[in-house]
Amino acid sequence: MTTTLQRTPEPDLQRELQEHQLPTYLPKAILVGAVLAGVALTVAGPLSIAQAVIVAWLLTWALPIASRVVEGGRKAADRTVTLLVASAFGLALIPLGSILALVISRGGPQLNAEFFTYSMRNVVGEGGGIYHALVGTLLITAAATVISVPIGLFTAIYLVEYGAGNRLSRWITFLVDVMTGIPSIVAGLFAYALFVIFFGEGVRVGIGGAVALAVLMVPIVVRACEEMLKLVPNELREAAFALGVPKWRTVVKVVLPTAISGIVTGVTLAIARVIGETAPLLIIAGLTDSVNFNLFSERMTTLPVFTYFSVKFPGVPPEASIDRGWGAALVLIIIVMLLNLVARAVSYFFSPKGER
Amino acid sequence: MAKSIDVSDLNIYYGDFLAVEGVNITIPAKSVTAFIGPSGCGKSTFLRSLNRMHEVIKGAHVDGKVLVDGTDLYAADMDPVNVRRLIGMVFQRPNPFPTMSIYDNVLAGQKLNSKKMKKSEADDTVERALRQAGLWAEVKDRLNRPGSGLSGGQQQRLCIARAVAVQPEILLMDEPCSALDPISTSVIEDLIHELKTEYTIVIVTHNMQQAARVSDDTAFFNLAGVGQPGKLVESGRTEKIFSNPDNPATEAYIQGRFG
Amino acid sequence: MSSTTEREKQAPRPVRRPGDRIFEGLSTSAGILILLTLLGVAIFLTLEGLPGITASPDDLGGKTGGKNFFAYVWPLVFGTVWAAVIALLIAVPVAIGVALYISHYAPRRLSSTLGYVIDLLAAVPSVVYGLWGLLFLSRELAPFYQWLADHLGFIPFFAGNPSGGVSANSILTASLVLAVMVLPIITAICREIFLQTPRLHEEAALALGATRWEMVRLSVFPYARSGIVSASMLGLGRALGETMAVAMVLSASGVVTFNLIGSTNPSTIAANIALQFPEAFGTFTNVLIATGLVLFVITFAANFVARAIVERRKDFSGAN
Repeated sequence: MTTTLQRTPEPDLQRELQEHQLPTYLPKAILVGAVLAGVALTVAGPLSIAQAVIVAWLLTWALPIASRVVEGGRKAADRTVTLLVASAFGLALIPLGSILALVISRGGPQLNAEFFTYSMRNVVGEGGGIYHALVGTLLITAAATVISVPIGLFTAIYLVEYGAGNRLSRWITFLVDVMTGIPSIVAGLFAYALFVIFFGEGVRVGIGGAVALAVLMVPIVVRACEEMLKLVPNELREAAFALGVPKWRTVVKVVLPTAISGIVTGVTLAIARVIGETAPLLIIAGLTDSVNFNLFSERMTTLPVFTYFSVKFPGVPPEASIDRGWGAALVLIIIVMLLNLVARAVSYFFSPKGER
Repeated sequence: MAKSIDVSDLNIYYGDFLAVEGVNITIPAKSVTAFIGPSGCGKSTFLRSLNRMHEVIKGAHVDGKVLVDGTDLYAADMDPVNVRRLIGMVFQRPNPFPTMSIYDNVLAGQKLNSKKMKKSEADDTVERALRQAGLWAEVKDRLNRPGSGLSGGQQQRLCIARAVAVQPEILLMDEPCSALDPISTSVIEDLIHELKTEYTIVIVTHNMQQAARVSDDTAFFNLAGVGQPGKLVESGRTEKIFSNPDNPATEAYIQGRFG
Repeated sequence: MSSTTEREKQAPRPVRRPGDRIFEGLSTSAGILILLTLLGVAIFLTLEGLPGITASPDDLGGKTGGKNFFAYVWPLVFGTVWAAVIALLIAVPVAIGVALYISHYAPRRLSSTLGYVIDLLAAVPSVVYGLWGLLFLSRELAPFYQWLADHLGFIPFFAGNPSGGVSANSILTASLVLAVMVLPIITAICREIFLQTPRLHEEAALALGATRWEMVRLSVFPYARSGIVSASMLGLGRALGETMAVAMVLSASGVVTFNLIGSTNPSTIAANIALQFPEAFGTFTNVLIATGLVLFVITFAANFVARAIVERRKDFSGAN
């Protein structure tokens, strides 16, 4: 009986487990080899970067082919899929990398003091800046936030604290879903159709842009706040009720503070999402070369609209205008990325302890 | 200042569903009354109806009367919020407010209602409540740390301190020890003994030894059957219920011969 | 029954504090405001769009090329759907691959970071995508399109211009940009669903000696199928309504053609509005608003189908 305890692997079994198998270092070796070959071919000169990437990618197919020969069909299929899946990820990185590289390399040289402090008033050809567009973007986005956050937050409070699955709350949830899908240009048309009633045909006004952005922002804010309010444990509400705290004070002083970091994160992400919107502002806020601080009258340029017109209709000669477009795009991307960073930082540092 | 509770012909409903039927009981002042019984027999529901906490669930309502020193808690002009200020509650799982410090947690009842307090008065209230909850010595040096940093047993005593800080007449406890280890449990049981000199205490427990240890009176609840409402089977002095109950079902449950 | 209604009548109205009443009123009216806003979107678009729908071609001063509304909007609807469908055909397989890489192939430590990286794609504003498509991607693609026309020109999709040659600002370029834009949306949803696959199913497959790919095919895909479909529909909704990238990249002439790389391309509703609206006046404005209404209806339908699938799936999923 004791002999079974000291059994060594039978030679046949060991061979069966180890035979017909590629060495474990091979995938890495092939990857490194393909990359080196690609780099070498680029540096030596015969291939462009794009061509070298394709050649290197083709070389990695050595692995599934070798697998097919040594390991058989099932393993080869597995390795093929692994390669395809990893390739898909690499493919997705190409546009991201190329956009960032382009915007930084073309837009970077534009960023100087004049670019940030001058408008385009009376500028022909070179010079001028995005001051008026920055002002417009900040004012319109701020107004959109001021409109949409109270509506979104109170709606979320209704859905979580008061509605509790009744008919009205089911309708609201459904319509918030519908609103999420409204194309941004339709939101712009809505704002136009609304403001035409007050201001007459051909209206272009900053607050209209804010209303359009608010239409896009409200559903995002509702969703984010709803999720966060649902995460607040019911026990905390009960604890407050049991202390004789009225429901509204419980919501304001217990539920909202507990959820506040998540709400701030959600609102920041919503701002980041709409601050880059172009289409609705093109419709209702329009384009001007001058600085306009008044949301309630006249056209107001925003960064995305400025970028669009600079590049699509650059005038003659086009170079200076296109360069300004790249510069504005870079500023826009920096703003959006900063907002995203702030959102992540808020949710990381300010979430209640013990819940992370 | 503690008060007694008189319950007569109380039916508790969730929507159309009758959850607890026909409860008649008198809970004496400055004593501990334990509710025991199998799961789902309505003892927690009944406890929550004593400070109208069950109304948090939509569609919940009651028939009958709950009198606290002659005042009907369910009178038409009675505000449930005021009822809860009069009758405090401690829950099964410790639930300190995660955004507040220990100090603020104790004062939560006052702070959440935006009651103006002088600093010295607030300090006194915190110290008194924490001493009553037997937590003062352990936390007096870290009153500004978050309440969620305490151990489970300490958190539960913090919740008791929070409940007594608003100076209620009656304290309801819904299985206050079921989430705690045996040592924390025994600390809380000692605490209940001390608190009954000032408060009327009602405690729901699954643990019959605990009921026997801490309570003066015991009420046994049971279900007539599946889908039937829960009922109060028998209540009386704890010694009597545990040694010589009138009802055979009570005896069977207490001796562990149930079901 | 009679006893319950009696009881409800008898139940006293609970005492409510003024603070509670105001607060509940505020939050209820916020919810109702959303209902009204959406109603407003529908009503105002219809009101302002109606004159455009009923206008005779002569009233439009040749802006629609002498066509009535329906003849005008049809090629735009075609272009909108066509561009979005091509974008989806490109994006969905890649998105599934990326999501699978993040959820099941990449090292666990890296997976959430890689998820963030893909999410960055969603953060890039659409006007920047337009810029990239117009000034970079279309130029890079031109030689590739020439190659397609030379070697696969017998397929109608790759016919190129009748006079020979290709256009880099064609609908295929626009669809490629759209594909990049919807990729992060589809990826994010697929990733979530892949991660929700019950571990037990996966381990059961692995314990049977399945390779990783067989495990994915046997346990992950069947579980995620309806989720992938609804993610794709949401991506479709986004692609249908996307404006700037198409407006900037595409050189459109409002025709109906399946040729992907020629110089005459169908336009999309959203891009057409963006290009025409700044200069539009009179009844033509109403025509454009009416096309916006059509776009709203199309995207609503796509999103509705997606939601319906999600709802149906909820009943069957073990999660939640």
